Amino acid sequence: MTDSSPPILRINALTKTFDDFTALHGINLNVRDGEFLAIVGPSGSGKTTLIRILVGMDEPSDGAVWLRGTRIDVVPANKRPTCMVFQSLALFPHRSVGQNIEFPLKLRGVAPAERKARALELLDTLRLPRDYYSKRIQQCSGGEKQRVALARALAFDPEILFFDEPLSALDYRLRKTLEKELKDLHRRTGKTFIYITHSLEEAMVMSDRIAIMKAGRFEQIAPAEEIYARPVSKFVAEFMGEVNFFDLVKGAAPGVALSAAASAALAGQTGTLTIRPESLRKLTAEGVADLSFEGIVTAEYLLGSRIQYRMTLATGQEMIVEVLRENAVEGGIGAALRVGCDLSAAHLIAEAADAAA
Amino acid sequence: MQQRERRLGLLYAAPLSLFLLLTFLAPILLVAGFSTMPEKVFSLTQMPDFSAYRTVLEQGYWKSVAWSLFMALLATLILLVICWPLAYGMAKVFKRFTLVLTIGVVMTLFVSENIRLFGWVLTLMKGGLIEGYWRYWTGQGFDAPLYNGPIIVFGLVYVYLPFMLFPLAQGISMVPDDARQAAYDLGASRWQILKEIDLPLAMPGIMVGSLLTFVLAAGAMAESKLLGGRAIITIADEVQTAFTYGQNWPLGSALAMVLIAIIGTVAIWAISKADLDAMMGRKS
Repeated sequence: MTDSSPPILRINALTKTFDDFTALHGINLNVRDGEFLAIVGPSGSGKTTLIRILVGMDEPSDGAVWLRGTRIDVVPANKRPTCMVFQSLALFPHRSVGQNIEFPLKLRGVAPAERKARALELLDTLRLPRDYYSKRIQQCSGGEKQRVALARALAFDPEILFFDEPLSALDYRLRKTLEKELKDLHRRTGKTFIYITHSLEEAMVMSDRIAIMKAGRFEQIAPAEEIYARPVSKFVAEFMGEVNFFDLVKGAAPGVALSAAASAALAGQTGTLTIRPESLRKLTAEGVADLSFEGIVTAEYLLGSRIQYRMTLATGQEMIVEVLRENAVEGGIGAALRVGCDLSAAHLIAEAADAAA
Repeated sequence: MQQRERRLGLLYAAPLSLFLLLTFLAPILLVAGFSTMPEKVFSLTQMPDFSAYRTVLEQGYWKSVAWSLFMALLATLILLVICWPLAYGMAKVFKRFTLVLTIGVVMTLFVSENIRLFGWVLTLMKGGLIEGYWRYWTGQGFDAPLYNGPIIVFGLVYVYLPFMLFPLAQGISMVPDDARQAAYDLGASRWQILKEIDLPLAMPGIMVGSLLTFVLAAGAMAESKLLGGRAIITIADEVQTAFTYGQNWPLGSALAMVLIAIIGTVAIWAISKADLDAMMGRKS
């Protein structure tokens, strides 16, 4: 999985316009063979439009999609070597579990005995008991239906397997289990997975790379750690979880006390400083840090092993701080709090980068 | 508690049961009783001798039965084929136009079947709307396409179209779009989607529509009388003749019983064969 290997899927200047609305603005993307790519975005960001075009249920207005060097955006969905796990799963209610899984093989005229053998194999792969073969779809639980839909897609043996938020309707615990199973399945099958979701959490658990979409464009395409540590825009930073922003104008940031070293490093720069609540630490009155902040605690929330504080700075700006439980602020709400972090924990989004987004 | 609920259930069911008993079961029993009487009597107090059934067998009435069933079957099959695309459009494609179409089709039901069939006779007959104008303009006349078997089937198709169309549209509207899309995505051609997804999932609508049109068409007579000019005499026509001109109530009753038995068997067989719940995937 190096950048030098040829991409399995190449999306080139893909545009989709509806009557008076542009859903996709000439997007480009290369997907590596065997990669687990998550496309994340809020609703209306164009991710559903994109996947519908990629599987062939919609036509692009402009641009092209190439699969291993073959142009596929002009090929109807039933002739493409890709398939999708639907949000609704779209299992066939009038067919048994086995018949559902065998469906793509039946279409290709595979002999019944061979079909059944493959379906049983897939039941094993998805860790469903073999006697589910003759069960009705309605007898399956939500998680089991999920696995049947996956088995059916794998029976198709696609070059790329697309997922359209298939876990969004499940309860939290089942979703967590299936996320891990999916990642596991990806490793075992070695197939290319492209997964659409609005949940970044889901994307972080499973994917090799995350593509963040906003208003029909990709904001950032990178591994999860990089997106988390070095977001290219405020949108991405906020999408990745709670974050504090401080405007930096020519090396000066109101509300932020900078050490001499930090001042030197940031001198003359303009942009937005992003600081994650959990990278801040409590400082004593004499304590020193590259960046330090002082304010009054206005709210506290218990988050299991951590405590989150909201504090108001002298400039009036609100700030979120998260510390371990043992470092709780004495006095709680109303108490004065001084926090700080190293310069390396504060990521600077340069002016130009954010303006472009 | 449970017993009281059961008793309440019986109580609530009583009015409808009584109504059905009086209007459905009683007439059938009456007809069944008359069918066993000696021919040409008008009372139920004679000794049953089943002679009417012998007449049914000996007088070649089976031909009317066979013709009625055959034409009903043919009309049902034709209706299935022509209504499917229309019903599909109504259920999935036309959107607001569906309402216009529904009102249009329902409106035809406001006018009596006989009058509408007379309209067709006036349109098709020699010197009628079509042939008359044709001869006026071209000087060449042609024979009216009336008074034969095919025009009777045409009449059946025309009259019973709504009874196929609406159940079919209802059935097709129950086919989930995502199942069709998933099948397409998994490589199914249009025909495979029709065979594997649409037909099985719309089966309740297909069954209801087919049964309705078949049963109604098998008991029809206006089409053969008006359009067909009695080129083919249907069994319902024979029943009416036996009761009226023939003044032979037992014969009419016996013919009616034969028709009821055949259609009843077909209907019950079809309903039992077609497990609607299982087809819809509702059975767990």
